[in-house]
Amino acid sequence: MISLDAPVLIEIRDLCACVDDQPILNGVNLTIRAGEIHALMGRNGSGKSTLSKVLAGHPAYKVTEGSVLYRGEDLLPLEPDERSRIGLFLGFQYPVEIPGVSNLEFLRVSTNARRLEQGLEELDTFAFEDFVRERLGLVQMDPAFLDRSVNEGFSGGEKKRNEILQMALLEPLVAILDETDSGLDIDALRIVSGGVNQLANVDNATLLITHYQRLLDLIKPDYVHVMAAGRIVRSGDKALALELEQRGYEWVDRELDALEMT
Amino acid sequence: MTSQSHVGQLVSQPYKYGFVTEIETEKIPKGLDEDVVRLISEKKNEPQFLLDFRIRAYRHWLKLQAPDWAGLGYPPIDYQDIVYYAAPKQKEKKNSLDEVDPTLLETFDKLGIPLSEQKRLSNVAVDAVFDSVSIATTYKEKLAEHGVVFCSITDAVNEYPELVRRYLGTVVPSNDNYFAALNSAVFSDGSFVFIPRGVECPMELSSYFRINSGDIGQFERTLIVAEEGASVSYLEGCTAPMFDTNTLHAAVVELVALDDASIKYSTVQNWYAGDENGVGGIYNFVTKRGHCCGERSKISWSQVETGSAITWKYPSCILQGADSVGEFYSVALTNHRQQADTGTKMIHLGPRTRSTIVSKGISAGHSANSYRGLVQMGPKAVNAKNYSQCDSMLIGDQAGANTYPYIRSQQPDASIEHEASTCRISEDQLFYLQSRGIDFEAAISMIVSGFCRDVFSQLPMEFAAEADKLLALKLEGSVG
Ligand SMILES: Nc1ncnc2c1ncn2[C@@H]1O[C@H](COP(=O)(O)OP(=O)(O)OP(=O)(O)O)[C@@H](O)[C@H]1O
Ligand SMILES: [Mg+2]
Repeated sequence: MISLDAPVLIEIRDLCACVDDQPILNGVNLTIRAGEIHALMGRNGSGKSTLSKVLAGHPAYKVTEGSVLYRGEDLLPLEPDERSRIGLFLGFQYPVEIPGVSNLEFLRVSTNARRLEQGLEELDTFAFEDFVRERLGLVQMDPAFLDRSVNEGFSGGEKKRNEILQMALLEPLVAILDETDSGLDIDALRIVSGGVNQLANVDNATLLITHYQRLLDLIKPDYVHVMAAGRIVRSGDKALALELEQRGYEWVDRELDALEMT
Repeated sequence: MTSQSHVGQLVSQPYKYGFVTEIETEKIPKGLDEDVVRLISEKKNEPQFLLDFRIRAYRHWLKLQAPDWAGLGYPPIDYQDIVYYAAPKQKEKKNSLDEVDPTLLETFDKLGIPLSEQKRLSNVAVDAVFDSVSIATTYKEKLAEHGVVFCSITDAVNEYPELVRRYLGTVVPSNDNYFAALNSAVFSDGSFVFIPRGVECPMELSSYFRINSGDIGQFERTLIVAEEGASVSYLEGCTAPMFDTNTLHAAVVELVALDDASIKYSTVQNWYAGDENGVGGIYNFVTKRGHCCGERSKISWSQVETGSAITWKYPSCILQGADSVGEFYSVALTNHRQQADTGTKMIHLGPRTRSTIVSKGISAGHSANSYRGLVQMGPKAVNAKNYSQCDSMLIGDQAGANTYPYIRSQQPDASIEHEASTCRISEDQLFYLQSRGIDFEAAISMIVSGFCRDVFSQLPMEFAAEADKLLALKLEGSVG
């Protein structure tokens, strides 16, 4: 839902970042307001995941230029855990496995960290079980996954569902979902999209990183952006995604080349 | 700041049991000769057989050389510079806790081991050893109702000389190795447990060893005997003050399990480990061995090792009875300049004997952490089975981890399976937890604790959480 009066949640200006001195982001600009759903598309290797990790504070990426404001405050000096506690969420493209760490315990510690920041009461093991069971329904996940180690031995699709479960527990203000649709079967895609739609409201925002229109059929974006070589090179509404679906990225390249010539 | 350098700072946590108790102590002069051995025996009013045992051991020890095969680096120990007997002065021999010096009770309170009637743990009997002597054993009467004997080895020698005589030195002979011989000559105190036929010990038993004096060696001796069909779970804990000299701790533990008996022996070891430059700390040179002499008997070792400047320790099982079972679950955490060479020996003698080894080594700082294990299948160990899993986790890039699995088999039907892995805490795992609001320190200890889960799950309930906390503590520190 677009409303230009809605508060700006995240404002990215000329963001440049590198890994091992190799530049990957080359001046990203993006503004996301409360209530909006943005889709970020672009070729493999164009820098989408990198942008998401820089926003979440991954230590391997160094910001060399530009700024990111989160609700008007500088986001970049914050540790990744602080960013999470104030409501930034990254659903990973490749969630890692953490052997031996109980998923349930992990989810509880994580949820409580966020709740404490929000001034809410910590949930003890019993209260949390109730809460998590309710949220499991949102992604129709089997409670058996709570008793396993974090992501260990989860199938690709199960890992993605576990990510959305975490989003449902943490109730972030800005959720970045990196290819949450990849690896999901047709039913799971519908269920997970349903979950994301239910969590979206006028106060929060979602940035969907995806390659496929089929996700955007289920979660309707207000804006669609195309990334190339570490920059957002084109923005539009959902028609842009449909155009990409039909014509591929070459068309964007050609337009860009033409632009650079003039 | 990279996360690896972060981690380095994290594992440095001040040792919180480093205080010294001010108490009047009776010490014999430094040094070791046959007269000192006689003096110790005399102080304890020992029967002749025990004095003979000590003298034999001492004479044998003189002929031995300190082992160097583990490649541990430490200067030669001056055995004449050690006090072999130190005991807090007490007016009379204590008959009940009320008569124990309150300073000592306070010390154990401070260590989290309350002994007094009101505060003690409800389902754990404790034998508290201070320097060379046991100062109190709780729940003695309640245990006696079940026929269970739990007391200091000194008391056992006086009250149950026949039992001690029958079993002492049968699992770890006094000439077994350098440190075992030394211990046999000069051991001062330790715990004795006897579970009679058919009895399931009604509570956890626990010994707590506290070294207080800086110049003493602690040579404790523990003997646990479970008769036919008996079972017991025993836990050992230990701490010491911070001294800049090294203190020698050379214990011997012997376990005997008869037919269908089971003994679970858990250790949470938190000796003072020395400072970050490797100055001070305990040398922990320990011989622990269990003898599954009965059929279908079972001995299970679980250990969480976090202290000691040097650990040299191989809790082992001799699986003699048919269908007997040996287990070894170990977590060893080293940091700074600590050295640990630890593992187990599973000696399969009887048919269909089974053993499981799960070892988790975590090395940080400049420490060295080795697993050394032997699996031996004797000619009669038909269809015997062993499974070993040895995993190492490296924190930072200055620490070392090694695995030395030795296998000897004279039995073609035996099956031996060995898995080993080495990993680092990955930046991505840390980032994943952090991006879920979990701060850096908590994330590290969560990952480490997950790594150790297979071992923690083997600890008695009451202590699993304790071990988890201890590890977290050792990993905690200031985030720079
Ligand atoms: N840690 C890293 N070390 C080296 N190169 C990296 C690292 N992270 C990203 N890159 C490089 O940066 C570029 C952008 O990668 P990124 O993962 O952001 O792409 P993406 O747009 O998410 O691609 P995809 O659609 O395939 O997921 C790629 O060329 C990638 O190889
Ligand atoms: Mg990507």
